Amino acid sequence: MNPSARTLLDKLWDAHQVVAETAAAPGVLYIDLHLIHEVTTPQAFTELRARGLSVRRPERILATLDHSTPTTPRDAQGQHVYASEEAAAQVAQLELNCLQFGIDLQGWSSESRGIVHVIGPELGATQPGMTIVCGDSHTSTHGAFGALAFGIGTTEVGHVLATQCLLQRKPKNFAIHVEGRLAPGVTAKDLALHLIGRIGVNGGTGHVLEYRGSAIEALTMEERMTLCNMSIEAGARAGLIAPDETTFAYLQGRERAPKGAAWDQALAYWRTLPSDAGARYDRELRFDAADVRPTISYGTHPGMVVALHAPVPAAKDLPERRALDYMRVDAGKPMTGMPVDLVFLGSCTNSRISDLRAAASLLQGRRIAANVRMLVVPGSVTVQREAEKEGLDQVFRDAGAEWREPGCSMCIAMNGDLAQPGQLVVSTSNRNFEGRQGPGARTVLASPLVAAASALAGCIADPRDVGKSGDTSSTREQAA
Amino acid sequence: MKPLTHLRSRTAVLTHENIDTDRIIPARFLTTTERNGLGRYAFNDWRYRADGSADPEFALNRPSSQGCEILVAGRNFGCGSSREHAPWALLDYGLRAVLSSEIADIFRGNALKNGLLAVTLSEAEHRYLLAHPGIELAIDVAAGTIELPDGGRFRFELDAFARHCLTQGVDQLGFLQQHGAQIDAFEARREVHA
Ligand code: SF4
Repeated sequence: MNPSARTLLDKLWDAHQVVAETAAAPGVLYIDLHLIHEVTTPQAFTELRARGLSVRRPERILATLDHSTPTTPRDAQGQHVYASEEAAAQVAQLELNCLQFGIDLQGWSSESRGIVHVIGPELGATQPGMTIVCGDSHTSTHGAFGALAFGIGTTEVGHVLATQCLLQRKPKNFAIHVEGRLAPGVTAKDLALHLIGRIGVNGGTGHVLEYRGSAIEALTMEERMTLCNMSIEAGARAGLIAPDETTFAYLQGRERAPKGAAWDQALAYWRTLPSDAGARYDRELRFDAADVRPTISYGTHPGMVVALHAPVPAAKDLPERRALDYMRVDAGKPMTGMPVDLVFLGSCTNSRISDLRAAASLLQGRRIAANVRMLVVPGSVTVQREAEKEGLDQVFRDAGAEWREPGCSMCIAMNGDLAQPGQLVVSTSNRNFEGRQGPGARTVLASPLVAAASALAGCIADPRDVGKSGDTSSTREQAA
Repeated sequence: MKPLTHLRSRTAVLTHENIDTDRIIPARFLTTTERNGLGRYAFNDWRYRADGSADPEFALNRPSSQGCEILVAGRNFGCGSSREHAPWALLDYGLRAVLSSEIADIFRGNALKNGLLAVTLSEAEHRYLLAHPGIELAIDVAAGTIELPDGGRFRFELDAFARHCLTQGVDQLGFLQQHGAQIDAFEARREVHA
């Protein structure tokens, strides 16, 4: 064992430490990129004003509108139709705050607007070796690039605005080794759900998860983002994947990525970031990618998951019994065949172009079931434009789905897009908490493939069965 | 931030595990640009029935829970999002302390920054409090102790800095600003590198 060997997390931490932590006080950590949106920032700007402070590094901020924004087209007067006056006021407040503090906002007129965790990577603003924060827990998404990225509260948003720093203690390090290859039809979303089912919704508490191994190296950047995105659902502060050729190829040429000599310099640095051989982790877990099957949630937190055709496990305790009651799910039976009311394809977990392509490949030339409403919400204007260029919007429309404007939409259901009480939603988002998608709504988390297959079948269905003769809605013998 | 040194109150108990931040304050109430006044939405979808009336079955709606400043909640409280609206709502509702056997990282950090004591107890201590709603506890933040009516005493761990901030009402932004010179030097150093 090499005592000086450092992990990726160690290197990121050391490079950003302004003041080291002591027993008496946390350390001061420098933040390279601050992502902001309308929901978790207004009170921070109010605090800044109250103290007469300015924003220390406006150029290190990427601001967007995503959570409260409508995904429906503008009205006849060309106005956005907000869910409430408060929502409109919240957006107006961020517009004003950005104007006043000199922050460049990807607002309504920007071709780069979108979900905060989709646009950072898309613009090349998210880069290896960075520290990245946002008043939003799914900031863990950016860890896919080998950046230390985590969610913060609004008070901390104020700290970063004023000082570009945070008071932090170093989290522990948890290596998740996944070897082998995911089977065909098994996605990064399935891997994420499988992992949370394995370690539990608090399995990562106090830790950063570093995903390693041949199965991780084989993932595309969009798949890595989906996996890191869900790290927070295991209770982890952040997810991390060492940058490699896949990362560099994704970033090269993007708007905010370094260019020319700066690119070469950055690349040389990025190559030093992966964990050294023999570096120590606080915890480790190993499993084989072949163990992962298409996986969905059946309960009211993302740790209550089951392989698609496997029977729902019996409730172990009162909370699980409550969850099964709420979901109206029977233990001992598989989830396949359960009637579906709504399908949501979107969110920072699964709203990128590859997600839309995957779903469209199943919907092409088919119609969704008459009892199902399906919303397709691209993660950003860039994704929207690309999908329209490829004709995917038409595939979705022809299939009977609604093609919407970019935003968080039904992931958080605060913009007016929501399910009715009791409705069952197959959702590609990340949280199935009670009421997350509307009071009384029942959420089943799934990959874009399972979501599309379920929309076609009108009930929870297996994408591998689409197009096969016979009824996709019937539950069949456990395949594996 | 209002300092918190001692707290004496009866407990209100929510036995549910994994109470997430959507449960504490549903997302549809996050369109506010204020941090005050969110107490009326705390646990909204449990507190109120569909017709808007208070649900008498919900533990916090029981007469015995009224005025309680200490919440004892099931394992893994505050999981989910970084929304600081969750601790704001609990404080505005009237709570000053949350006790559980496990509390989600980001929630705990947010709570402590706002003067809401969020600490964990051992499984056995936690079980005892869950099973005895309404008992009066005396919390001494500096000493890290919780006294029970019968004189029993539980200890809790609290990060030294969080304890300092909580008991002195210290504002962390002020503390951070004291490091201004070091931050300047750090930025200058990196610019040379880049
Ligand atoms: S899509 Fe959902 S999880 Fe992602 S930033 Fe928006 S609300 Fe948060």
